[in-house]
Amino acid sequence: MTGARVLRRVAPQLLTLGAVILLVSVYFPDFYQIVYANDRLVGIPIDVVKRGAPVALLAIGMTLVIATRGIDLSVGAVMAICGATAAWSIDQGFGLWAALGLAGAAGLVCGLWNGILVAFFGIQPIVATLILMVAGRGVAQLITGGTILTFDNEAFAFLGSGAVFGVPVPTLAWILTGILFGLLVRRTALGLLIESIGINLRASTLTGINSRVLLLAVYMGSGFCAALAGIIATADIRGADANNAGLWLELDAILAVVIGGNSLLGGRFSILASLLGAMIIQTINTGILLAGFPPEFNLVIKAVLVIIILVLQSPRLLPRLGFIRLRRERDEKPSGTPVEAGK
Amino acid sequence: MLLSTRNLTKTFPGTKALDSVDFDLKAGEVHSLLGENGAGKSTLIKCLTGAYRRDSGDILFEGEPISPQSTLEAQEIGIGTVYQEVNLLPNLTVAENLTLGHQPRRFGMISPRAMQAQAEEMLAGYGVDVDVRRSLDTYSVAVQQIVAIARAVHLSGRVLILDEPTASLDSREVRMLFDVIGDLRKRGLGIIFISHFLDQVFEISDTLTVLRNGCHIATRPAAEVDRMELITLMLGHELDEEKPDRGLSSEVEGTGDAIRFKGIGRRGKIAPFDLTVHKGEVIGMAGLLGSGRTESAEVLFGATPADSGTVEDANGAVDLRNPRNAIAAGFAFAPEDRKTDGIIAELSVRENIILALQARRGWARPIPQAEQMRMADEYIERLDIRTPDAEKPVGLLSGGNQQKVILARWLATNPRFLILDEPTRGIDVGAHAEILRLIEDVVAQGMSILVISSELDELIAVSHRVIVVRDRHHVSELTGADVTTETIVRAIAAPDAEAVA
Amino acid sequence: MTIRALPLYATIAIFLLAYLICYIQFPAMLSTRVIGNLLTDNAYLGIVAVGMTVVIISGGIDLSVGSVIAFSGVFIAVILRETALHPLVVFALLLAVTTVFGAAMGGMIHVLAMPPFIVTLAGMFLARGAGYMLSIDSVPIDAAFYDTMQDAYYLMPGKGRLTLLGLIMLASVAAGMIMLHRTRFGTNVYALGGGEATARLMGVPVGRTTVAIYAFSGFMAGLSGIVFSVYTSAGYPLATVGVELNAIAAVVIGGTLLTGGSGYMFGTLIGVLTMGLIQTYIVFDGSLSSWWTKIVIGALLLMFILLQKGLLRLRVSA
Repeated sequence: MTGARVLRRVAPQLLTLGAVILLVSVYFPDFYQIVYANDRLVGIPIDVVKRGAPVALLAIGMTLVIATRGIDLSVGAVMAICGATAAWSIDQGFGLWAALGLAGAAGLVCGLWNGILVAFFGIQPIVATLILMVAGRGVAQLITGGTILTFDNEAFAFLGSGAVFGVPVPTLAWILTGILFGLLVRRTALGLLIESIGINLRASTLTGINSRVLLLAVYMGSGFCAALAGIIATADIRGADANNAGLWLELDAILAVVIGGNSLLGGRFSILASLLGAMIIQTINTGILLAGFPPEFNLVIKAVLVIIILVLQSPRLLPRLGFIRLRRERDEKPSGTPVEAGK
Repeated sequence: MLLSTRNLTKTFPGTKALDSVDFDLKAGEVHSLLGENGAGKSTLIKCLTGAYRRDSGDILFEGEPISPQSTLEAQEIGIGTVYQEVNLLPNLTVAENLTLGHQPRRFGMISPRAMQAQAEEMLAGYGVDVDVRRSLDTYSVAVQQIVAIARAVHLSGRVLILDEPTASLDSREVRMLFDVIGDLRKRGLGIIFISHFLDQVFEISDTLTVLRNGCHIATRPAAEVDRMELITLMLGHELDEEKPDRGLSSEVEGTGDAIRFKGIGRRGKIAPFDLTVHKGEVIGMAGLLGSGRTESAEVLFGATPADSGTVEDANGAVDLRNPRNAIAAGFAFAPEDRKTDGIIAELSVRENIILALQARRGWARPIPQAEQMRMADEYIERLDIRTPDAEKPVGLLSGGNQQKVILARWLATNPRFLILDEPTRGIDVGAHAEILRLIEDVVAQGMSILVISSELDELIAVSHRVIVVRDRHHVSELTGADVTTETIVRAIAAPDAEAVA
Repeated sequence: MTIRALPLYATIAIFLLAYLICYIQFPAMLSTRVIGNLLTDNAYLGIVAVGMTVVIISGGIDLSVGSVIAFSGVFIAVILRETALHPLVVFALLLAVTTVFGAAMGGMIHVLAMPPFIVTLAGMFLARGAGYMLSIDSVPIDAAFYDTMQDAYYLMPGKGRLTLLGLIMLASVAAGMIMLHRTRFGTNVYALGGGEATARLMGVPVGRTTVAIYAFSGFMAGLSGIVFSVYTSAGYPLATVGVELNAIAAVVIGGTLLTGGSGYMFGTLIGVLTMGLIQTYIVFDGSLSSWWTKIVIGALLLMFILLQKGLLRLRVSA
């Protein structure tokens, strides 16, 4: 995609983000202030891009899953599992790299499990990933032994609270992961193939696309992103909380993807737009805190946001708002060729 | 006259699905509607039942003009429909299916006993032994059909439309269904019957109407038409048509490049058959709808893996377990149903064209953007694909152009064996001719092609030899001078005693 | 009928087997006392699962119920604190609010033609947020009527208490059974789950039924909120987080097909009791950790989902 086309694709998200920032800065004029202190950037925008890291990371994997016409409800629980794995490894004295490796592997295994249920058992994604959503937290507690497993490892904690050239590590993590996944899907043919199976699985299979392996890979990618999010969340609080790590973040991640203008019915996707969606959510979260509203408002605003997006994306309501010709085309299309009812 | 249409016309973008069709149904007759895919049978039915709104013309019910807006409204007027895929709910009981919407109630609650009694009463006289308390999906399709008929007759009771009701029934079940239809005829219902089994059509019908390409071709009493004449009407060839030059098959026979299929088949789909495909050869496949021609193609491509037989070429055995392997072996398949099996509607023309090649190269080796553009432009020009540019979503193009995009997709993989299932169906005349020209083109370059088509003229014009499929068997192979419309029609028409097997 | 009811029989068999294992290890678990507690402790879950069963059989899902229960508790507590209304009046008000809330979600699902998953997700945020806005902290309920309700029980033989809350749950299940199996609405729910397009062709009022389904789920969530507030004597906006997941799990373990069209209300009751039994066992055991509940429930979910998938194959090939 050329720059102009990317810009056009993410324009609604950029405008929304701009509007939200504007709104917040009305209540809190100091919003834009960023200072460099103690070898790191400090300021509200920095806070937003740091705290938004887990949702942004999850949204990257979720975007791909949703593009295949699936959904991954388990990412919050997988975060907890991977965080617990990392904390446990550190606790056992395996060292930083082993902890990262094990946590990443745990995420991949969780993704593999979901992928097998979806691609090989043919279970609906929402049903298949529900199993791990329910059981995953139990598994995480099993690893931590039911306590909040704290550890003392500066190298690992750096991943949550450190900064490189003044930029918080979590921020770097989601930006780099976003770029990595973006390159992976757009510089190879993966993106096209994923979109293809999301739009028409049967035709794609008949065209020679290996849809099963692709589905496995996509769910494993989502598990891997959840592992990164889990590592960062764990490093940030220097402990693994199996009960609360990533709690309800799957919903925020789905919301970020939907705000990013990606259709829940699969097909065309934009990781960049999902990341902007994640930042919109985080700006609202932070903004509400800053504006002195109780954080409770957060949920109501999110709800209103979801409803607005639903109305905008609705296949049934849009036409009534004046796009009547668009609707007629849509109605005629499926019956466009005189195909006999029975084959 | 119970139900009539006058000058009924319905147009879809790019095609005229119904072109001023007149149709008359009398009370107490079984009136069969015949025609190949795309002839307009379904469109006619859908206009009658309110599923489609007609563009012009009239529908008269007992002389009164009607225009049902929905199937429910048509039902209230008196027109009931039963489809091949039974339009009932398999997860409900038989009684619930029969009484849905008008269950007998007592103090606001459904009385199961009264509901069962009502259901049993509705089924009485249909000669089926059914426990109405059991869920519908525990019964055979035949019983489900009869339940659907009982519901439709109960709710509408004047006109009954049966759309391919026998497609998945065995001979005993067909007998059962025909007894039911016979009874309903005696009760004075007008019945429209659609089936691709000609034996059944002749057995049950009083009147036949043939449609072709959206036009009404003929309406005759069934007793006055024979099979040959009927097939000729349906397939619409001119007997004086001179056959074009052919006979290359003997010339290519000797090369070792042939792909040999031995005894490949799939139970319930197509009986095992042998086929040898020579380099640069066009094999035509003729047969009526439902004869097993599409199933043959799917087995050849691995879309429905064969459960018997072997395939080999000069290099040894060929693995056709799935489409991916078939493509790797140089096969390609343009399916009959473009919309569900062919195009990826929201992807652009360019992406659709490069998709099969990209899938074969694997995800890690993307085709460079410039190369994609070049290929798209090349095929858009070569196949004359009418699109404003290569980035337009393919779903927005007309049927003929979508078909060309699918052809381009496969040509880009440079296959050695291309299977085309009804490549010219539902597309306009211009595109039609271009696709035939294209077939000749690529064959000249050494590609082998299998063409399935209901249009015999077209088949004869392009094929070196023609295989005739009937009742899921390959029944004859015509070569050289034997390839004429008459021999093909005769092979298709041979009395099919096992039509319902 | 038989093949479709197989998951129900499996559910009952698993429950009986599990109870047998519990009994062999801890004979005390067969007392009416344990049974009474099982019913009381899981009353709110059972009630909300009744609504969820109807939603899931129709092919939908309702993620909002956990938040609605929490909202209900806060709503009742705050109104009782601020006004002199009788709790029964407050209950009526609350049920009206949650029913309308559910109906609005059903309306959106139908009118916007959007997946229930995402619409009820918005509902989940909204209800939780509304609860927060009423009060951030836990609000104790101090009403004489609450004491009366908490003390209302029927003493079963063996000193087990069948409490009012347990009774309300059993009555909800009974009412749900009648509605699902004995009314036209119930049949329409199954019809929607069997296939919306076919149901519409057969004359099912799809829009009206969808609205009614989610309104019913909202009503049951409100009722569950009332029971929960009696159970805890407080309203807390952070309560019952994740109850929607437990309710969905109970429904599926009860033998209902998560994709809709098949299931029984009675199975849901057994599903709820099975989940309660696992927790009771862990309490009796004392050495087992609570997270095993989640893992066992996950395993049961997997088992039932695969069982249903297998049955579907069986039916298709038959």
